[in-house]
Amino acid sequence: MSVLHAVFAPGFFTSGPVLAAVLIGGVVALVSAPAGFLTVMRSHSFAGHAFSEVTATGGSAAYLVGVGPLLGYVVAALAGAGAMGALGVERHKSRDLVAGVVLGATLGLTALFLYLTTTSQSTSGAAVTVLFGSLFAVSSSDWPTVVALGGAALALVGVGWRPLLLSSVSPELAAARGVRLRLVESAYLAAVALAVALASMTVGAILSTALLVGPAAAALRFARTPARACAWAAAIGLVAVWGGIVLAYDSYDWPPSQQGWPVSFFVVFLVLATYLASYLFGRHRDPAHRDPAHRDPAHRDPAHRDPAHRDPAHRDPAHRDPAHRDPAHRGEA
Amino acid sequence: MGAGLFSSFMTGTWLEASIVAVAAGAVGFFVVVRGAAFAAHAIPQGAFTGAAGAALVGVNTLAGVGVFSFLAATAIARWGRRARRDVVTALILVGLLGLGSLFLSMSLEYSAQTFSLLFGEPLAVGTGELLPTGAIAAACLALIVAMYRRLMLTSVAPELAAARGVNPENVETWFLLSVGAATTLALPVVGALLVFSLMIGPPSAARFIARRPAAAVAVSVALALVTVWVAIAAAFYSGWPLGFFVGVLGVVWYLLGRLVHARTGDARSTGDARSTGDARSTGDARSPAPQGPAAGAALRKALAPPGISS
Repeated sequence: MSVLHAVFAPGFFTSGPVLAAVLIGGVVALVSAPAGFLTVMRSHSFAGHAFSEVTATGGSAAYLVGVGPLLGYVVAALAGAGAMGALGVERHKSRDLVAGVVLGATLGLTALFLYLTTTSQSTSGAAVTVLFGSLFAVSSSDWPTVVALGGAALALVGVGWRPLLLSSVSPELAAARGVRLRLVESAYLAAVALAVALASMTVGAILSTALLVGPAAAALRFARTPARACAWAAAIGLVAVWGGIVLAYDSYDWPPSQQGWPVSFFVVFLVLATYLASYLFGRHRDPAHRDPAHRDPAHRDPAHRDPAHRDPAHRDPAHRDPAHRDPAHRGEA
Repeated sequence: MGAGLFSSFMTGTWLEASIVAVAAGAVGFFVVVRGAAFAAHAIPQGAFTGAAGAALVGVNTLAGVGVFSFLAATAIARWGRRARRDVVTALILVGLLGLGSLFLSMSLEYSAQTFSLLFGEPLAVGTGELLPTGAIAAACLALIVAMYRRLMLTSVAPELAAARGVNPENVETWFLLSVGAATTLALPVVGALLVFSLMIGPPSAARFIARRPAAAVAVSVALALVTVWVAIAAAFYSGWPLGFFVGVLGVVWYLLGRLVHARTGDARSTGDARSTGDARSTGDARSPAPQGPAAGAALRKALAPPGISS
């Protein structure tokens, strides 16, 4: 009993905000898992992070207008998905720049909205609330919306699961099989937008990347199949969110002041700890590690995808050794 | 009000912002060429934690920003090569920011100061800070000039760089350190969130407009200077945060660059640059032009904006 008391400070299970945080945080962790898995597989962490900054714009706009932050997060994230899709974020060569440009624009707008909020309403804490968030500030009346949006994100991922996986691993193969890449990518961007919007509500806009990318990246070292990786990611996300809530609740008695440490800090900390642990104890090597091309940043450079840099011999059918094709030659061998 | 913009009390601001723009524009060109936008975004945000920590402990902000820029840059350069680079960058970023949220919650007078750290407060720059700023900028530019060939080689022709005995890991580390130096300069002026815009917007357009690397760096620096000057004037008159104008101008440059490129580029490349369709297949569909191993040709080829080089 005393151990239980040491872990869960008195009042943990009877506090309304805590229970709302546990419920909503759980949903968010579950939704982030498959979206994050696809983000890691597609090497899209930067775009995923750009979404979180976009939700910051939405959150600050919502503050300014006076509506609930969740609405702002969702609308802004979906608009960001549209903008990034239109500018071509899914193209390998331009994704870095497109995500960056959209990111820069949204940061500028966030600055403006937060400034206007602080001057017009004298609520000076808006910047910190939007950017760093607090799970305990989530209103429990939000939970039907959260569940509905989470369900929508999961449905998008579920419907497009197989083509999404295929196009993550090999876009060329997916195209050859008749996968409509534009449609699949739009579904993916929309699902990530929703997942990030929900995550922004729990850990704050600029920290939501932790929930999206961290559990999935760690899961890839524990599991081999996509389904298991998603299950691992969901479990890691749940542990991080719920563990963060417990620690934050306990920290009200910690120094330096009697106001507790931020819950977002603990969630991020637990996510990072799991990622490091996956390095020490993970059984599987992330496929990316085997491929030296993924290690070398220079190989990621857009220039490297320039066909001229590839050895023409590999591309030109005429350069292939005809001996392998010609049945007559095979006989001789 | 009109005279106030160029009054002596604004001298520090103009000089400081111009120094920042030159450094950010030059470093930013290589950020874009090397596809290091995420790192260039993560380092300033990580440095924000340094600023918050410095405020908490009560030391000089510039020192806190410098230390955390250095930490973020070396961590990304070293660990980014051992796993998925984008994942590692993202996690270093949120790890530092998470620490930043802890620092913020512990310090008492956060809100106004936090806002200026995140979004910049250029109108409060004194002339006394010009000396350290100028020194860091000079060091940053010297680093870029000294590494110029190796930076270009490792980004554009990695095989050739390896054959010449260039260690890409060292180049990456030094490069990210120069990004960190530019961050240290720019953060107090334009804020942690908008340093990135200054490093991405002008060079992205420069890359579309200019064909040769040296010319592109020059265009990038020029556009960065125009950006901060316009932003200072606009922020001065409107009272709105400087970062807003920097962010918006960054997008304007990018879109203008794309437009100019679409007008002047040859028919094939414009189709690519504008098409929002799947360019992975477009890139593969075109037959590769015969290309010698000459580094010069490879450099020129790779410097072309994404639309052309596809």
